[in-house]
Amino acid sequence: MNREAGERDGTPVNREAGERDGTQNGPPDGSSGDALYAALKRYEGRAAATAGTGKDAVNEPMIRHWCEAMGDAHPAYRGPAAVAPPTMLQAWTMGGLSGHTDRSAAYDELFGLLDGAGFRSVVATDCEQEYLRPLRPGDRITFDAVIESVSARKTTKLGTGYFVTTRMDVRADGEPAGTHRFRILKYAPAARTSGPGVPSEPTPTPDPAAVPRRPRPVINRDNAGFWAGVAEHRLLIQRCGGCGRLRFPWLPGCQACGSPEWDTVEAGGAGSVYSYVVMHHPPFPAFATPGPVEDAPAPHPASPYAVALVELAEGVRILGNVVGVAHDEVRIGMPVRLEFRRVDPELELPFFRAGGAG
Amino acid sequence: MTATGTTAPGDELPPLTVPITRTLIVAGALASRDYQDVHHDAEAARQKGSPDIFMNILTTNGLVGRYLTDHFGPHTVLRKLAIRLGAPNYPGDTMVLRGTVTAVEGATAQVRITGTNGLGHHVTGTATLTVTAPENAATPETTPDTAPDTAPTRQGAAPR
Repeated sequence: MNREAGERDGTPVNREAGERDGTQNGPPDGSSGDALYAALKRYEGRAAATAGTGKDAVNEPMIRHWCEAMGDAHPAYRGPAAVAPPTMLQAWTMGGLSGHTDRSAAYDELFGLLDGAGFRSVVATDCEQEYLRPLRPGDRITFDAVIESVSARKTTKLGTGYFVTTRMDVRADGEPAGTHRFRILKYAPAARTSGPGVPSEPTPTPDPAAVPRRPRPVINRDNAGFWAGVAEHRLLIQRCGGCGRLRFPWLPGCQACGSPEWDTVEAGGAGSVYSYVVMHHPPFPAFATPGPVEDAPAPHPASPYAVALVELAEGVRILGNVVGVAHDEVRIGMPVRLEFRRVDPELELPFFRAGGAG
Repeated sequence: MTATGTTAPGDELPPLTVPITRTLIVAGALASRDYQDVHHDAEAARQKGSPDIFMNILTTNGLVGRYLTDHFGPHTVLRKLAIRLGAPNYPGDTMVLRGTVTAVEGATAQVRITGTNGLGHHVTGTATLTVTAPENAATPETTPDTAPDTAPTRQGAAPR
């Protein structure tokens, strides 16, 4: 999910402008009364990645592609006794297009706190590596990383934010191969101004990619079956194996008889609005899209939206957005019908279409 | 090629001029498995407030590594490299890497690196490297299976 943050380099980060060495030195200019900083600080020393594994063993093709890109003709990187360029250290640990799978919950939480507080952009500022032994084709890469430090709030030319430093120990076939300290600035961009050497540009129009996305569902053993159903466009209701009672949302046991046994029933899709609220303020742009009116242009991010408690024909109730009707036309008792909508490239959700037809 | 025997503090490495092409930025990002859109998708980069795509830190790291080993020769072993980024490398710019030897101890040298572009300092950093004379033979690159033999040398030679 690292793409969510959107790396950005707005204005040039001049050395004097960036809060260099900001993690260790200087007065904590934003720390007084900074409750977020106190919360962030608690993540220091916690794991950023545990028992991570490189997606590929060290291999000649990736070495060659690297050398081609860098224009590096060093003879040690070729031939039967080739080693990898030491500066590839981090590359062997990268998640690639399919993303990181080894990040810790603590790291995700830390980023979630920063994202939630508006510090959504990220830029890498420092990389410090020590190379303990050469990496050779065939070496299996494993790594552990720790959140080493979080700085007090710093204001840089890019914007205001927090430096987060992680330290990774990289192993090859179980032997220490290198250390990698990486510092990023997680920041809220400053208002962009043109400066010397910065091409002037029109103010960006509202950016669909920058619109905050809905929170990710928290999927665990107790509800994984529900989300597996959503992925197949099936709304699954739990049915108690003891007393047969239907329940929603998913729970590990029956509220009526306590039985942990259950199976599922697929909702037929018919339902009606049992109750609803219309959210006017504060605006939550992630929930304003897709809009209340079907196929209309993307609504203004601050558009009000209706949240309905829908009673399904099976008798259970579920929260969801009502589409196909303006937010101020949703009514109690209104018939609705289940459908599934993709709200962003990585999330599909059940929605309810007003009218109940189809 | 320069063996550390002829290297002294204050020596300046010949500069390396790197044209920052769009191709270099994209190739470097993909070779380092960095698929952040700001390193290959100009439109996405603009939407995030950057005037264009820009080079990722891993490519900068790789270019600095190349600059050092190009200069110190095939028997160079890079021990440490610490870099800090400043002004981004955008397409159409040119970066000039420069290095100054700051310390020499035995076969180990420390080099101060800067890379400047049209906007200022793109990168500053410090490298520690060891140059093993070819006749000493036991370099990790050329005799990978003898790495344990070289370990005491490396530990002894690496200054803090």
